[in-house]
Amino acid sequence: MSEEEKIGVYICHCGHNIAGTVDVEGVAEWAKSLPNVTVSKDYKFMCSSLGQELIEEDIAEQGLSRVVVAACSPHMHEPTFRGACSRAGLNPYLFEMANIREHASWVHQDDGEAATEKAKSIVSGAVSRARELEPLEPFRAPIDETTLVVGGGIAGINTALEIANAGYKVILVEREPSIGGHMAQFDKTFPTLDCSACILTPKMFDVGNHPNIELMTYSEVEQVDGYVGNFTVRIRKKARMIDVDLCTGCGDCWERCPAKVVDTVYEAGLGYRTAVYRPFPQAVPKYPVIDTESCIYFKNGRCRACEKFCPTDAIKFDQEDEIIVTSVGNIVLATGYDLFDSRRLPQYGYGRLANVFTSLEFERMTNASGPTDGKVLLRDGVTEPKSVAILHCIGSRDKNTNDYCSAICCMAALKFAHLVKEKTDAEVYNFYIDMRTAPKDYETFYNRLMQEGTHFIRGRAAEVTDAARKPEEVGKLIVQAEDTLIGKQRRIPVDMVILMAGMQPRHDSQEVSHRFGIGCSDAGFFNESHPKLDPIATMNAGIFIAGVCQGPKDIPASVSQGAAAASRVLSLIGKGEVEIEPVRAHIDEDRCSGCRICNNLCPYNAIDFLEDLAVSRVNPALCKGCGTCVAACPSQVIDGQHYTFNSIMSQIEGLLWDVRPNGEEKVTFQKTEPV
Amino acid sequence: MVDYKQYHPAWGDRSPVIIGFLCNWCSYRAADLAGTSRFGYPATLRDIRIMCTGRLDPTFVIKALREGADGVLVMGCHPGQCHYEEGNFKAMRRVALLRRTLSQLGVHPDRVQLGWASAAQGIIFTETVKEMTEKIAKLGPLKWHDNNHDASPHLPPLPEKEATHG
Amino acid sequence: MGDKPKLAIYWASSCGGCEIAILAIHEKILDVADYFDFIFCPCILDFKRSDIEALEDGEIAVTLFNGAIRTDENLEMAELLRRKSQVLVAFGSCATEGCAPGLANFNDREQMMNFIYKDAPTVVNPEGIIPLEAIQVAEGELELPGFWNTVKTLDQVVPVEYYLPGCPPEAKWIEALVEAVMAGELPPPGTVVGMDVTVCDECPREREEKKISHFYRPYEIIPDPDKCLLDQGLFCAGIATRAGCGALCPSVNMGCRGCYGPNEGVIDGGAKLISALASVLDANSPEEIDKILDTLPDPAGYFYRFGLAHSMLHRTRLEMENGQKMAAQIKETPRLDPKLKD
Repeated sequence: MSEEEKIGVYICHCGHNIAGTVDVEGVAEWAKSLPNVTVSKDYKFMCSSLGQELIEEDIAEQGLSRVVVAACSPHMHEPTFRGACSRAGLNPYLFEMANIREHASWVHQDDGEAATEKAKSIVSGAVSRARELEPLEPFRAPIDETTLVVGGGIAGINTALEIANAGYKVILVEREPSIGGHMAQFDKTFPTLDCSACILTPKMFDVGNHPNIELMTYSEVEQVDGYVGNFTVRIRKKARMIDVDLCTGCGDCWERCPAKVVDTVYEAGLGYRTAVYRPFPQAVPKYPVIDTESCIYFKNGRCRACEKFCPTDAIKFDQEDEIIVTSVGNIVLATGYDLFDSRRLPQYGYGRLANVFTSLEFERMTNASGPTDGKVLLRDGVTEPKSVAILHCIGSRDKNTNDYCSAICCMAALKFAHLVKEKTDAEVYNFYIDMRTAPKDYETFYNRLMQEGTHFIRGRAAEVTDAARKPEEVGKLIVQAEDTLIGKQRRIPVDMVILMAGMQPRHDSQEVSHRFGIGCSDAGFFNESHPKLDPIATMNAGIFIAGVCQGPKDIPASVSQGAAAASRVLSLIGKGEVEIEPVRAHIDEDRCSGCRICNNLCPYNAIDFLEDLAVSRVNPALCKGCGTCVAACPSQVIDGQHYTFNSIMSQIEGLLWDVRPNGEEKVTFQKTEPV
Repeated sequence: MVDYKQYHPAWGDRSPVIIGFLCNWCSYRAADLAGTSRFGYPATLRDIRIMCTGRLDPTFVIKALREGADGVLVMGCHPGQCHYEEGNFKAMRRVALLRRTLSQLGVHPDRVQLGWASAAQGIIFTETVKEMTEKIAKLGPLKWHDNNHDASPHLPPLPEKEATHG
Repeated sequence: MGDKPKLAIYWASSCGGCEIAILAIHEKILDVADYFDFIFCPCILDFKRSDIEALEDGEIAVTLFNGAIRTDENLEMAELLRRKSQVLVAFGSCATEGCAPGLANFNDREQMMNFIYKDAPTVVNPEGIIPLEAIQVAEGELELPGFWNTVKTLDQVVPVEYYLPGCPPEAKWIEALVEAVMAGELPPPGTVVGMDVTVCDECPREREEKKISHFYRPYEIIPDPDKCLLDQGLFCAGIATRAGCGALCPSVNMGCRGCYGPNEGVIDGGAKLISALASVLDANSPEEIDKILDTLPDPAGYFYRFGLAHSMLHRTRLEMENGQKMAAQIKETPRLDPKLKD
């Protein structure tokens, strides 16, 4: 069959991106000599509508049966050109992309000759592979209209509300007892100084009361199976030890609870909570949980004070974790971030010098409902500082910790400086590397702060110490830094130091990315499908990301991403069905000998062994097309669609066009019938 | 063009040829990222995109070597990060056994290499190609075809000194 | 007699078992004798090479050619019989895939001569005498056919119509072939006479999902007679070997050796064995993988026991990486880089 194929080859200049290094005209001319190539052209921008029309015309007029476009990565424009083929009536899976930009012109810019030769090989490989391609039809599957949103911070809240308001069901899963995320811990938000709680609480309330939102707090997603439109998720609802049908959230239990523990989550270690607790007054849902690790009853079997005082008998010490298995069509991950642990930089004294605080501690301190009732006080809880140093870039822009910029700390530091000024008479010193105040109105806020009399010292602080060298330093914390604007070392004695700790991926983000089958950067932020054009989607269709889990960003950006994710989900739901790449394994059951080599290899348990027929069978709904079983099958009776044995063997031959020995036999095979 | 004779005289004017098998999700994207970041590397690698390194059939590797490649580089996602959970482990096991088998047939194990690069590790991808190219350059051309076809039926007779008797 | 189609059987580099296997078709041999004019079979008939040369081209209807090609004489006979035959059948493993003679491709001619005539522990040859291809004696020059460095299969030297694998081929497939010829119902050229499934298909042993954590040598354990040998850690090539023998070896507690060659459509049977067996190793770390593989010494020997000459690998490299003669194989077993752990 392959002898009769008519292949069209199109070499893209991509402006100068390819043509600046690769002799594209030369490659196009040369490609005419390849077997089965009937058309070979070069064009300025193949992805333009004119470029695509070129393909469509040739398919119609020249009767092309295969199309090869040599341009950028298939991850960029494979869908574009498949679309062009489709419009001209050619099965889109008969299209093959040759990546001569990312894999040739851009990486061999200093050697045009080598880049051109490599481009020829890539084109030759693609042509050879194209010859062996087979037409395929994508699977179509209906989309489950329910969406799973993981993470109840501002990004997740916004996603959930947008989807729910459009009339579709949402399951919102939150690991902590209440939604709200980091934003619920803040007092003010920059640059408008809006009260964080005032703008967040209504949204939390809406989530809690929305008829389309099923809220599962104190819960975690343990397992995800399936594919876009048809995921099955397993959620563990941790035992709250509270019967939420009976609980009214009155608070009798936590008021009577004798077990006090440091609240490391909501109060950032600055305050206390009881063993049975509701993280904060505006919590949604309003129900408390019993932290069994600090509960006296769970430790030594006595107490049960909460149970005694509960007016509705809602305390249930025997409650067990509940496992919920449900199906959803799309998933949005908005799992947020962890704060950089400032103890990792001992030179700044956090955890050793009492009056060194983290940014989150300071947030709690300035919050009217926080441990100090909103007063700015030293660790002794009574003294107001007379001078405060704010150190930027703690665990950010630092090769020893995180090399990226956490994006929000400059603005948060300005906000802190303002709040210190507002609440005390203290002098404020900001130690910064660069002030990064890019979004709208942020620079105005910076200017305002400069007018408020905050001192800005350009230089990363080297150290915070209590070792005084001069009388005025005694009893103070001394911040040592090089002021790079005046080129001098400075020692500033202060009462309080605030470390602007950076944003880090969640400690378990690698694990979570693995669970959801999406990529994760080295640092641990989830990978978007495309950094510019598709920052919401992931490589796993039907799974989207929003908020800081994708990368450091502020509240408005998280909100926007949440809405964007919702819109992506809604457009899929609106479409009603998904097309799934037909890259699947298929076992020729007539020829399967039942050796069972493949049975154990499938990570999705898509291969069943049929005892009665003694053959194995692939369940196409579960198969994800990795090809592991295809390669392993010792009798070669598993066919891996689109990545068939013949197509890869043929591509190898094509790639090696210039070094292959002459007359080497083709080793792709045509099946013959046994006698 | 790089002069590979400095590594091994047998290269003459040609460069090493390495066939790469890159998984769609991590290493192929790492190669894309190397491109977008303009991280240069030797033009020795000619890659094939497969969905997962689990698709790697040792037949492909032998085929590539037989058809003129001097080496084969298989790259996938880091262990534990495979898009398909554990395809890369299967690739690792296969490469291990394949290298043992090939070494019995006189093929240096360095000619078949395995590596990992996540989609964010363009630089690791680049470094891996550089290192492999250097290793292959030092080993010299594989010349698989010449080797197999040296098996000419018309060999010269055995050395004269052995000819003490008929 | 002269009207009957002519049948020839030739024996190149092989053991002779294939000729005997033909007798295993029992009384069918009478039909064969009846139908064909049996003109050439050096081990039982006195019919000379010159007699074959005297035939018209294509005068022989069918030649069953067994044995690999490793000498000039083998090649000459293969070329001659090809010319004289309408149908040339690669008969048995040696002609089809190289079989045991093909194992010579793990060495070169010099290594082999040295071992056989000088270094083998059972050889006494203090003068180091090695046979020569030609030597001058008083009466003139004496010649032996040229002995090759590399063993080839029949189809690597001449075009072949059909393949009948097996060491030796099973009677039922010989029958099937001669019946097809007699009935004039020849399959398309290139056909392998046999089945297109693997030995597992005919093997009655009970198989489980596979996970191998140790390979055992046959003397190390007494296998359960009802369970899959591979499941018990015994090497068995049945998973990647064409069915047709009726799973003879596994039925006597011995793992399949692979004589029927790879399954239909498989280009390199050894590569498929590597892929399949490696896939089911019960280990994920480089060290553990190597530990299991250490229990399978000589993998190339296991995987290419019958098929080396016909495999894509074909033979061991003749030259070392440094340009020196490939005097010995790479001594060190390659191990995985422990860094591959993460």
